[in-house]
Amino acid sequence: MSVAALETAAEAAAQAARPLGAQREDFREILRLVRPGSRVLDVGCGEGLLLEMMTREKDIDGRGLEIRPDNVAACMARGLAVVQGDADRDLDHFPARAFDYAVLSYTLQQARDPRHVLGEMLRIADQAIVSLPNMGHWRVRLSLLLGGRMPVTKTLPDPWWATGNIHLCSLRDFTDLCDELDLRIDAAAALSGGKPARAMDARTQAANLMSESALFLLSRRERPPPSPQPLAGDRGDLFG
Amino acid sequence: MGDTAAGILGTDEGIEGIEGVERFGPDRPLRLDSGAALTCFEVAYRTYGVLNADRSNAILICHALTGDQHVASRHPITGKPGWWSQMVGPGLPIDPQRHFVICSNVLGGCMGTTGPSSTNPATGEPWGLAFPVISIADMVRAQAMLLDALGVRTLFAVVGGSMGGMQVLQWAADYPERLFSAVIIAAAARHSAQNIAFHEVGRQAIMADPDWLGGEYAAKGPRPEKGLAVARMAAHITYLSEAALQRKFGRELQRDGLSWGFDADFQVESYLRHQGRTFVDRFDANSYLYITRAMDYFDMSAAHGGVLAEAFRTARETRFCVLSISSDWLYPTAEGRAVVRALNAAGARASFVEIESDKGHDAFLLDEPVMRAAVQGFMDSAAVARGLA
Repeated sequence: MSVAALETAAEAAAQAARPLGAQREDFREILRLVRPGSRVLDVGCGEGLLLEMMTREKDIDGRGLEIRPDNVAACMARGLAVVQGDADRDLDHFPARAFDYAVLSYTLQQARDPRHVLGEMLRIADQAIVSLPNMGHWRVRLSLLLGGRMPVTKTLPDPWWATGNIHLCSLRDFTDLCDELDLRIDAAAALSGGKPARAMDARTQAANLMSESALFLLSRRERPPPSPQPLAGDRGDLFG
Repeated sequence: MGDTAAGILGTDEGIEGIEGVERFGPDRPLRLDSGAALTCFEVAYRTYGVLNADRSNAILICHALTGDQHVASRHPITGKPGWWSQMVGPGLPIDPQRHFVICSNVLGGCMGTTGPSSTNPATGEPWGLAFPVISIADMVRAQAMLLDALGVRTLFAVVGGSMGGMQVLQWAADYPERLFSAVIIAAAARHSAQNIAFHEVGRQAIMADPDWLGGEYAAKGPRPEKGLAVARMAAHITYLSEAALQRKFGRELQRDGLSWGFDADFQVESYLRHQGRTFVDRFDANSYLYITRAMDYFDMSAAHGGVLAEAFRTARETRFCVLSISSDWLYPTAEGRAVVRALNAAGARASFVEIESDKGHDAFLLDEPVMRAAVQGFMDSAAVARGLA
């Protein structure tokens, strides 16, 4: 096998491994975050790995929403209660405040209407847990500045014409939207390259520059803070 | 519960199972939604497999409008394989090697359970239209009485498609404490105007047949076969999608050239005529009237103050699997979603998948791999949770 072929194979293997690796990093943080015995809706739950982990380790009462029928069938085989549907359209299946948490792992950027999805999540649940790639990360900025092309990175592995990510944003963009929707950021953590998550103040320039992706715990400002109330930034142990 | 080998061994003709009839006398009357009661009635059923020692592996299968108890074994009249041989059998999602499978003919039916063609004990004549009008809930009540008689207190699962799925929903509303899990396929929580309209066409076809004789044909003469056949032909169209009909028949002719008359020129005409003709051999016209009426009266939300979720308030411990078929225009996906929405609002554990198929409503009877995988996965994980696996 030629060196070039080896490199191609290694690249392909790395590409294949990346999305799962990136997901597991935020899975670990979500798992740490949810209160034992709580009610959790996983929006876009895929084959149900996270729901299964949360059920096993945190004894949650979980439900899922997933768009692909084969994934829903896989979830059912794991004994999970999952409804086939689209986050943009089918969150209305669930009644108001039926959950403690609604989780959206690396999916918001694929929604047709992220505002609506966020609003629905916080109608259904007291708190939303959202992870998303950060377009403000220095590598993304540098890639566009120097390469002049849409960035292809670990968390954004697909070329522009194949990506399902239609609503990408930076941390600043996201925190602006939270303000506009009157959402409180109860906690935020930076996720970068498989390193343990770090609590951060998502509104700072440094956070926007240094975080490959981020995990947010959100609630509605008009509602009293859920207890125990985690404080953004000053509880390093919250996210590890 | 009888002969193990007969219940388990599969053959080319399906699995054998055991046939039975439970007779209920005046000591066990069946109170009907209409206010009437049946003081003498019978329920014909078939079982496959063996009830385990702690009686936790029973599965009740509810059949559709024109189905019967012969779910996995050769039909005694038509000689065809069981109507759900794709789903019930060794190695299949409902497996008599692991489950004790029960399927009974519905109340009002004509395959052994009391219906309008049965003898009215008061007159010694067939009931005819003197038979009380029944509901889906009445059918379910009769099934619950059969299970009591068989010593089955709780069901590991109750499973059904189409009208069978309506019965499953009724089970969840009326006997949630007896259900561990429920599978509802291609069904709805109420009959729509279109559903009722098609049924009315069928009933009018039967009643327009001069041989129907106000429902008293059984005592007096030939059966209203033409009317029943037309009813079946009209209904059969609703069980298929436009795409499936087009693919199967298109505009293909029976012979070369048109007849310039009203013979069955087109293959689709010949097919429908055949469906109608063979149906009358195994079905009773009055049963068709009564069962379609029961379906039309079915509206679970109206029965619970207009809020469907209220029907499932007490079924929070039951695991639900709801499946719809993408090309089903009889009970479209929106109806399945309405059920799931109500289940979620009630806090029940519900899973839902829309099965991608262009074969229409009847796809639930066919071998659809995603449907089979979904039911298999659901049943297997439920079995683990129930301590059966």
